[in-house]
Amino acid sequence: MLTISLTHYVVLSALLFSIGLFGVFTKRNAVAVLICIELMLNAVNINLVAFSKYITPTDFTGQIFSIFVITVAAAEVGVGLAIIIAIYRNRLNVDLDNFDWLKW
Amino acid sequence: METSIYSVAAFYGLAATILGAATLVVFMRNIMHSVLFLAVAFIAMAGLFLLLDADFIAAVQVLVYAGAVCIMVVFGIMVIQRTEMKETNLFNRQVMAGAGLTALTVAFGAIFAGRTAWVDMVAADAVPENTVQAIGELLLSKYVIPFEVAALLLLVALVGAIVLARDEEVETSADN
Repeated sequence: MLTISLTHYVVLSALLFSIGLFGVFTKRNAVAVLICIELMLNAVNINLVAFSKYITPTDFTGQIFSIFVITVAAAEVGVGLAIIIAIYRNRLNVDLDNFDWLKW
Repeated sequence: METSIYSVAAFYGLAATILGAATLVVFMRNIMHSVLFLAVAFIAMAGLFLLLDADFIAAVQVLVYAGAVCIMVVFGIMVIQRTEMKETNLFNRQVMAGAGLTALTVAFGAIFAGRTAWVDMVAADAVPENTVQAIGELLLSKYVIPFEVAALLLLVALVGAIVLARDEEVETSADN
């Protein structure tokens, strides 16, 4: 049966989210973790826009919500990179395995 | 329901591009290549948004993600990685634990998704032709407070990023 339904988009979004989650858990470079978080946020956006089309097509709720997600993600990347650069200046690398000051 | 053969083929092509590029983002050993594949995934996602009748989101996706975010990350990497780029994006020692946690999350998501009656919720209406005008009106009427708060958030993030990333030595050299 050749139709694309809401389920297809939800499955795609779940797979993309899990790829991003795996990257967040396992990458060593702080910038790589940041871009994996971007992948996860984009998976959420796909979900929101798909729900907007299939469930509330005339209200645009999901589309407006995804605009706010994009805004917050852009702010997050800016501040996150600034923090990583500040850490680099102090420690001269961005390897997350070395950032264990809070480890008990 | 999309039934046209072109939209079905477009969905599967874009989905394969997105998932392949996202996998390469995670598994590339050079972080610069990771960011390049991230841009590919973002642009494919813009195509997916066009397929979902969300023209404005697709344009914003290309402008903000493929344009601004990717370039910003590339600049960040240029500042941070002073030595060569090879082997800059390796896995840590928790690959097995990370894979297990991810599998657990996927399993929980699948359980809850399986218990949701997706088919009952699908509306019969179609998305209107002009999404940009409708979104603009909604943003400045019903969603005006979140819109202003988002503007404030961007301002705070801009100032905060400048303050965090500013080199302290610049201040002393500016006095000369």
